[in-house]
Amino acid sequence: MRDFAYARPATIADAAAAFSGGGEAAFIAGGHTLLPAIKSRLRMPDTLVDLAGVAGLTGIRVDGDRLWIGALTTHAVVATDATIAASIPGLTGMALLIGDPQVRNRGTLGGVIANNDPAADYPAALLALDAIVETDRGTYAADDYFQGMFSTALADGEIVKAVGFRVPLASGYAKFRHPASRYAIVGVYVARFADAVRVAVTGAGPGVFRWTDAEAALAADFSVAAVAGVVLDDGDLNTDIHASAEFRAHLTGVMLAKAIAEAA
Amino acid sequence: MQTRLTINGTTQTREVAPATLLVELLRDDLALTGTHIGCDTSQCGACNVLIDGESVKSCTILAVQVDGKAIVTIEGLANGDTLHPMQAAFKEAHGLQCGFCTPGMVMAGIEIVRRHGPDVDAETIAHDLEGNLCRCTGYMNIIKAIQAGAREMGATAHA
Repeated sequence: MRDFAYARPATIADAAAAFSGGGEAAFIAGGHTLLPAIKSRLRMPDTLVDLAGVAGLTGIRVDGDRLWIGALTTHAVVATDATIAASIPGLTGMALLIGDPQVRNRGTLGGVIANNDPAADYPAALLALDAIVETDRGTYAADDYFQGMFSTALADGEIVKAVGFRVPLASGYAKFRHPASRYAIVGVYVARFADAVRVAVTGAGPGVFRWTDAEAALAADFSVAAVAGVVLDDGDLNTDIHASAEFRAHLTGVMLAKAIAEAA
Repeated sequence: MQTRLTINGTTQTREVAPATLLVELLRDDLALTGTHIGCDTSQCGACNVLIDGESVKSCTILAVQVDGKAIVTIEGLANGDTLHPMQAAFKEAHGLQCGFCTPGMVMAGIEIVRRHGPDVDAETIAHDLEGNLCRCTGYMNIIKAIQAGAREMGATAHA
């Protein structure tokens, strides 16, 4: 790999300073997206600022109607944490579908959502669970945070600190995995709240999005039968070597039915 | 840049370029070539090592990121001439053909025992090997080896 400078700050303030003084800088958490990107020269940072030692980026707690998970929490921890399993078991199931056991030991929540890969799993969970993204500069509703392929509301050098998921009555995630990369060809996260149902789709389009027609149908009747006739328009969906837009539109419906069953 | 780490029980301080991958430090600097580089894209698991007891793909972590941590490579498992139970099980069950993926498979097997215990079933083992690729055997003997190794690790732990 092309060499870079490396900083290992202990505080948010030091991390921000290392970033702003680091030329073309990048934060690294688990590094399981960033390091492959550097190897393939998609990214060529001058400085990597390692967030692993920064205080205040871990921890899992329920506060009122929200489950808060620190940004540096690995997928392996989310998959096994008892507090998460008790409050939002759908997140447990989702985390178990990310990558493989070794990847889950390193990859982090904050890293995933800062990158916002259009086929990543967490963006669908945040969007469906009406999450709040807390950074060193403020907070964002998930509806405002995700802004299309690899694009977020984060400013340059802004650090994700934690995510507050709104605890639903029930939720579930279903994903058709690419067998080699394990990213979602299509992933659907459905969450049922007392006042609404939210359905978020990843992998199918250029970025995570809500499927409002399905939400309306499920708000009236939270069942697989209720969405049997709801068809996703394939006009904005991806076509690539793995699947056509038409196939993805159909698959989204299939994954929604599975997610509803998971949530039931 | 300095990184201080414990490798197979020995604490070492090494001077490395920040872009040095852990697997490069192990193989090129420390001559621990039992850890293999298969795909270099974090898919095949041939480079799995244990970092503070958890299996990690050493092609996808910088040497400077493991500062202060304890690394165990395939060379660190045996006790003298006595193989680790997981290694012995791979030998006994013929859980390999060409052997290239084997160090990573053994590490993945130990990780499976850490997460699921010594009585883990074959289906769980097969599922949890999703991050390890073998191009020879078709996995059946690998799964048998890990299951046998898991039982033996449990028996050894309780002895």
